[in-house]
Amino acid sequence: MAVLYRVESERKQENAFISETIPAGDGWTYTLEPGQVLRIVDLEGNQAADTLFYDAENPIDHYSAVNTITNQGNVYLTTGSVLLSESGKELVKIVADTCGNHDTLGGACSAQSNTVRYAHETLPMHNCRDTFMLQLSNNDPRFTKRDLAPNINFFMNVPVTPDGGLTFADGVSAPGYYVEMEAAARVLVLISNCPQLNNPCNAYNPTPIKVLVWDK
Amino acid sequence: MDTVINIPGGGKWSGVISRGKTIKFTATEDGANLSLLLYSAADTAERYNMPDTLKAQHTSHLTKGNVLMSDNGRVLASIIDDSLGWHDTISGYISRRLVDERYGKTTYQEFRNDWHRSGEENFAVELFRNGMTVRDLVPVVNLFSKVYCTEDGNMHYALKHAKKGDFIVLRTEMDVLLITSNTPNPLNPSTNYPAVPVKLEVTAATPISEDDCCLNYCPENRRAFENTWNYSALTIGGMQ
Repeated sequence: MAVLYRVESERKQENAFISETIPAGDGWTYTLEPGQVLRIVDLEGNQAADTLFYDAENPIDHYSAVNTITNQGNVYLTTGSVLLSESGKELVKIVADTCGNHDTLGGACSAQSNTVRYAHETLPMHNCRDTFMLQLSNNDPRFTKRDLAPNINFFMNVPVTPDGGLTFADGVSAPGYYVEMEAAARVLVLISNCPQLNNPCNAYNPTPIKVLVWDK
Repeated sequence: MDTVINIPGGGKWSGVISRGKTIKFTATEDGANLSLLLYSAADTAERYNMPDTLKAQHTSHLTKGNVLMSDNGRVLASIIDDSLGWHDTISGYISRRLVDERYGKTTYQEFRNDWHRSGEENFAVELFRNGMTVRDLVPVVNLFSKVYCTEDGNMHYALKHAKKGDFIVLRTEMDVLLITSNTPNPLNPSTNYPAVPVKLEVTAATPISEDDCCLNYCPENRRAFENTWNYSALTIGGMQ
């Protein structure tokens, strides 16, 4: 278990110019300008906010989980983590985090991965990758499935053990915990609020998240 | 007919390998690292997916019994033999920037073919050769490297992991496009550019048996094989 390093933000909710609730199973895209700050709030606790970033000036340059973790030498994301693109460009930096530990190895659920992980009968169930695809198809016709690189699961706890194991553990998040990040460039944010019903990571109860954006 | 491919240190190779082959990768000296990517040859939008592979098999490393899954819940290739017990898939390929920082800037003009290649550029070229671009880069498998994490999440590169003669054998379960870059692991702290040739031997596989180590590794693997077989049944055969 990682040491949880909790850092609060001084930003006031009433100063945010965007404040939206995203129900479980829904998606959200938004282009942050450099210096703008995005906060994602886990309203009811133990939810997973599956998130991807793209360089808005060059959308084929997606978030890279392995560039990010290799560069910081640690597999978990928290305050101070700089999220890098495939080309190595700085996309956003985490500036506050009251949860203290976020996963970027577990990826997003999909209809197909659900059949592998749980049962063939789960194929019709709603899933994050469908939300990602619907969001991207409505955003820019240049996007295709090729742009869906492995993502971040904000608020999800996926411990990696020294002997090489990996599990989806009970969440370390709780109602009202949040993570806040500042854009280092013009960045397209893509979020799927995870609808997973087969995994105890959210107590089989997907719940809403909230997004807030502040100008610099 | 068997095919032998030698990939020198710094080298790269890509090609389509059909379903039902074994690919034996052998390190010819100590300290090898071969970065590889796999795509479905029929539709390269379907490709190796590190998170789906790891979470289905409850692992953060790869060895015998594991399979390399695509983003469509199918098995691209399975690991049917392995002398090492640990291959990495969480540390990525080495960038041009890191090669220059760690090993010193080299140019072709000055060093000719002894200049230091990067995984970033090797993959960019081989992806382009196969109709793709850097947009199609995803987390790679680093054969012969061990990267483990302590409880705090810190990543550690295991020194002296792969020895001369170490090998791993993949069996293709779909027609795959294999893309490889024989470039250093980004977490290898060596200040001398590691350059260990890797030998690939491709031959016909024996048919998968009911007691196959990959099929029976976990129920998740069996369902991924079933997905693969059902997909093949839709695309093979039919009216002549």
